[in-house]
Amino acid sequence: MAAKRLGAEVLSFSPVGSSLSKGETLLDTFLNLQAVGVTHFIVRHERSGVLEDLAPLLNASVINAGDGWHEHPTQALLDLLTLRERWGSFKGRKIVILGDIRHSRVARSNLFALKKLGAKVVFCGPTPLCPDDFAALGATVEHSVEKALKGADAVNVLRLQIERMDQGFVPSLADYALTYQLTPSRVELMKPEALVLHPGPINRGVELSSEVADGPRSVILEQVANGVLARMAVLALSEQGRSLA
Amino acid sequence: MPEQVIVTNGLVIDPVSRLEAVRDILIEDGKISAVAAGLARKPALKGVPAIDAKGKWVIPGLVDMHVHLREPGREGDETISTGTKAAARGGVTTVLAMANTEPVCDSTSQLAFLRAKARTDAAITVLFAGAVTLGQKGEKLTEFAKLRAAGAAALSDDGRPLMNAGLLRRALEYAEDLDLLVIDHCEDLTLSSGACVHEGAEALRKGLKGTPWAAETVQVVRDIALAQLTDARLHIAHISAASSVEAIRAAKKNGVRISAEAAPHHFALNDKDVPGYDTNWKMNPPLRGAKDRLALLAGLADGTIDAIATDHAPHGCAAKALGMDQAPFGVIGLETSLSVALTDLFHKKVLTRRKLVERMSAAPAALLGLKNKGTLARGADADLVVIDPDALWTPAAPFFSKSSNTPFSGRRLKGRALTTLSAGRVVHAL
Repeated sequence: MAAKRLGAEVLSFSPVGSSLSKGETLLDTFLNLQAVGVTHFIVRHERSGVLEDLAPLLNASVINAGDGWHEHPTQALLDLLTLRERWGSFKGRKIVILGDIRHSRVARSNLFALKKLGAKVVFCGPTPLCPDDFAALGATVEHSVEKALKGADAVNVLRLQIERMDQGFVPSLADYALTYQLTPSRVELMKPEALVLHPGPINRGVELSSEVADGPRSVILEQVANGVLARMAVLALSEQGRSLA
Repeated sequence: MPEQVIVTNGLVIDPVSRLEAVRDILIEDGKISAVAAGLARKPALKGVPAIDAKGKWVIPGLVDMHVHLREPGREGDETISTGTKAAARGGVTTVLAMANTEPVCDSTSQLAFLRAKARTDAAITVLFAGAVTLGQKGEKLTEFAKLRAAGAAALSDDGRPLMNAGLLRRALEYAEDLDLLVIDHCEDLTLSSGACVHEGAEALRKGLKGTPWAAETVQVVRDIALAQLTDARLHIAHISAASSVEAIRAAKKNGVRISAEAAPHHFALNDKDVPGYDTNWKMNPPLRGAKDRLALLAGLADGTIDAIATDHAPHGCAAKALGMDQAPFGVIGLETSLSVALTDLFHKKVLTRRKLVERMSAAPAALLGLKNKGTLARGADADLVVIDPDALWTPAAPFFSKSSNTPFSGRRLKGRALTTLSAGRVVHAL
């Protein structure tokens, strides 16, 4: 959407039915697409760190749209934009990221960006999904959702994927929801003007209740709108960078 | 006339003979025939080809009890020929090749094939481990007695942990009666499943799945109990975790007949050293935390860890290009183990030179029951290495190995093998 608004020609590529499914290496696929004139790659891939090796080998601009559990920079940018529109500054703000942190690229990118802007970041979830080792990355780890939310300026609620249940991280979605679902009463623990974010798609009734998702604190649809703007900005800036080079 | 070579004026370090002094070594027909000062001046030895080792160390050839030579099945990554040339370059004169080839070395016919191949292709002595279970499937024991008769030097399902404790118990009992060493790869698959790095902050930062130290220690502790139960010998491969070192130290104090090895990458590097997503740093067990590495150094110093072994595991570039999550585990090590040990153990004063030779040569030879190796005593096989302990060099591809997957590429190392002799023949010279 962001690229279309900027007037770019958008080519959608997925590995199913492509040469990738016939054993072509990822690098070869990129080189081929570059050879037919692709100038910007917007890449989502299940492998963490996939772009670290690929990007330096390409002339095209490479934008990370989510690599495994590692990073999702544009999601963090749009979250930041949403918060900044409300707050102006991040200094002294407390932001809780709630849910499956272990497998979340959104949580990591938000952490790195928010820390840089002077905010305090609290990771909250059950230990299997929110290990204490995250403290070494600069997050405050808190397993009690009540303690985490107390006095917070915003909470960013992450989706709980159904497969985490089969993998034994939580016994059931309902069991998870009992302790960690963002309910209206838990929202009350935050500051009165605190905001509720969610990167989507939402599992209503699992990680957050419908009342909260649709409630007055929710800025979820603002995030969606800001997503287009933030990504337009990234593309425009990368284009500027290209013309400078 | 016997075939003679004389190695002159080197500082001979032989822990078995308790010798650490400048000596000449006379080799006749592939055996050490005399070790004494001033041998070269004897009129009877005039004209014998000499290797000048003045100012250098002369040590028994290294015994690496944990290598993968990939033959048969994956000759594109390594062969007996290339793997043993790599060994010779690194001062290694005896290797124990693991059984996880394709097909698995679990039968007398496989062993016969491999030993015949080694006779024609190998630059050094190659010993072969037989599998503990058929196809390394962990279900049914191989025929230990037949494997031993066919020349198996030890038993191991390395690469595949033996998850079935009952089966391992019987294997230990039966192998002990045959005086065969069982080598176990300790890893609880229910804890390590899907992981590619050490579990901890670094894994979280990179978004990679980690395996906890406990995946190893759970099995080490189980193995100690089984070794105690059976009063059999058991050797633990490539230990990586501080808690494993502690458990083995305590078990040895209690008289349990357990031994252990550590790999150079584990005692020289930790998980914070891994650059980005470089798969040349991916191995199993993974590089662990800083405290784990220090525990390995302490274990090497006090003898809790008996031997240094590389777990030399060649993989081609294409396989290693699959990314951190998909690329196979393993790094090569034969060409760098001595240099890394000199750099990180001897020069950093973790081990004396005598203890270093003990861990890399005498101890593994003793664990494998090799009476003529791991020593420079008269009558021993003339496997020896002339070392410059201070030579600076930087390993880089191309290697003698067919593969170049090593985290030590580009790392400045201090000390290396100048000349390697296997059975009295020069198999490597700088």
